[in-house]
Amino acid sequence: MNWEVIQQSIPSFVKGFQLTLWLSFVGIVGSLVVGVLVSLVRYFKIPIISKILGAYVEVGRNTPLLIQLFFLYYGFPVLGMKLSAEASGIIGLIFLGGAYMAEGFAGGFNGINKSQIDAGLALGMNQWELARYVVLPQGLALSVPALSANVIFLIKETSIFSVIAIPELTNTALDLIGMYYRSNEYLLVLVIAYAIILIPLILFLDWLERRVRYGSFGN
Amino acid sequence: MAHSGISVLLEGSNFSRLMGGLWTSVWIAVVSLLIGLVLGTVLGLLRTMKNRLIRFILWLYLEFFRIVPTIVLLFLVYYILPRQFKIDLPATWMAVLAFALWVAAEFSDIVRGALESVPKHQRESGLALGLSSWQLFRYVLLPQAFQLELPATINLATRVIKTTSLLMTISIMDVINVGQQIIEANNQTHPTGVFWVYGLIFILYFVVDYPLSLWAKRLTAKQNY
Amino acid sequence: MAEEILKVDHLNKYYGDWQALHDINFSLNKGEVVTLLGPSGSGKSTLIRTLNGLEPFRSGEIYFHGKKVEPSPKEWQELRQKIGMVFQSYDLFPNLTVLENILLAPTKVQKRPREEVKKEALELLERVHLTEQANAYPRELSGGQKQRIAIVRALAMHPELMLFDEVTASLDPEMVRGVLEIIKELADRDHMTMIIVTHEMNFAAKIADKVLFLENGRILEETAGKEFFDHPQTKRAAEFLSSMEF
Repeated sequence: MNWEVIQQSIPSFVKGFQLTLWLSFVGIVGSLVVGVLVSLVRYFKIPIISKILGAYVEVGRNTPLLIQLFFLYYGFPVLGMKLSAEASGIIGLIFLGGAYMAEGFAGGFNGINKSQIDAGLALGMNQWELARYVVLPQGLALSVPALSANVIFLIKETSIFSVIAIPELTNTALDLIGMYYRSNEYLLVLVIAYAIILIPLILFLDWLERRVRYGSFGN
Repeated sequence: MAHSGISVLLEGSNFSRLMGGLWTSVWIAVVSLLIGLVLGTVLGLLRTMKNRLIRFILWLYLEFFRIVPTIVLLFLVYYILPRQFKIDLPATWMAVLAFALWVAAEFSDIVRGALESVPKHQRESGLALGLSSWQLFRYVLLPQAFQLELPATINLATRVIKTTSLLMTISIMDVINVGQQIIEANNQTHPTGVFWVYGLIFILYFVVDYPLSLWAKRLTAKQNY
Repeated sequence: MAEEILKVDHLNKYYGDWQALHDINFSLNKGEVVTLLGPSGSGKSTLIRTLNGLEPFRSGEIYFHGKKVEPSPKEWQELRQKIGMVFQSYDLFPNLTVLENILLAPTKVQKRPREEVKKEALELLERVHLTEQANAYPRELSGGQKQRIAIVRALAMHPELMLFDEVTASLDPEMVRGVLEIIKELADRDHMTMIIVTHEMNFAAKIADKVLFLENGRILEETAGKEFFDHPQTKRAAEFLSSMEF
């Protein structure tokens, strides 16, 4: 272990760190938006679109991000659609994450007691009012554990961006290893960098889960 | 024209080479799962014990795998084993090692969760019948926990299969690596081959993974019913 | 002539191949209280849920104020604003306070002014002795309190008809009385039109203008309230009544 090597690599890792954070942020926000829309369409069984989105969720969840990225980054230009590596990465991550988030939301929506829906209907609510006042507030609270697991998962998935040469954390480490042949040092910094992002986040999400559960259901 | 590239899939031995690559991926997934599930069961059991030190160490072990992305795990094994410990395994076995340790960590949590969620009165009525703690485990807890953990285990398997897509990063001749070679070799004659080869691999992964995740979903639905 | 609010005509309901309700016929006048009695699984809850469209039916007609109900989601949604329903499991919205639970539908669905509804809600809360709980969350209330709030929540919509589906079945015995008193008061003071599914025979005897006795999804008898408890017409009803005693 050579501390000088580590010290000299810090500026590169800081850049990679920032990029990982930024890509994760965009990917997670995008996935949440796609996920909630998809799951609502599916929850209310809106004809045709609901089926198509169902197929999307299955494809998104049952194929690896790496091949999704290769398909976008190398395959699509053949059809005349050229995407930058970062654009491919973000689109791929949202494609994957949207499917996972949709499942997460769906789990929450389906976890609502049917009698709560009956109560909303009995009060004369239409589909939209039911979604707005009953399904969303309770369903969101119920889906927090699944969503927070997905958040962690998506951040870790950004490491796969390294294969299409996006200079995020993992790619930074691989580049440095390639150049200077000091794997121990760079891999150590890499693991620590992920720990710096994920440990506080895991703690925060655990806290959030407990809070939301208490706030909504009192246990 | 895009459709001309599709013929790349069937030219020469290309298709059987892709299938051979797929086999490598599936083989690594299956072996790592088998090792990981056995190890994970033991670790999961240990985590239900009262010894705080053991539980703490195993918790650390699990958290490590929760934090480190799988691709980084592969690199850790790939670089550190030969350079630091002078252990020179073929890359496939390094992948099996990394995957099995990861599966064990995840599965230990599934096992612990399942064992703990067997209702307390089941344990108590077992004890009230005079079962020994081994008999209690063997005849009451294990069968019920198995039911509870099956869907999560299948889901874990689908994740392992998807994660085999990373094998190419440590130069294993998996389906994607073979695909890349085919694309490169035919780039002059079939410039659109890249679309079809990756498209096919995309579909192959879906075909292997989807039935499993459907099965897990059905089981979960049945349990909630 | 009394004004007819609800009429059910040759109603049949199926779950798949299984027929849950057989040829149901009855009508209900303004101010009338009908109780549905019968053993578990006789179809009482299914029937009452069918009356505000929570369960679809296969054939027959339902008339509300003499107008035939077209069983579309839109029409049911309009009608439910005039038909209040209270459930066994209270089903207050856990993420809202008591007051928010009451205000939600009148302000958002009926679009009535918030201040007006709030004033009315507070009066209703006073009536059920829960003014102090206005800003509490459902989790802080007892079952009996929750059920009284659920009744207020339904009343705040100004319903013309109230449906009560086993509203005391989940309550501890000492909570039952408070809830039943409110329903009794609704009958006596407000002359509310009501359909009540219950297992509380003493309560049913006191409140019912008319009893429908159901078994296996059929109405076996329709008898005036007092008459039913003194002289049931069918042998099955007599057996049922004696089984409910000690």
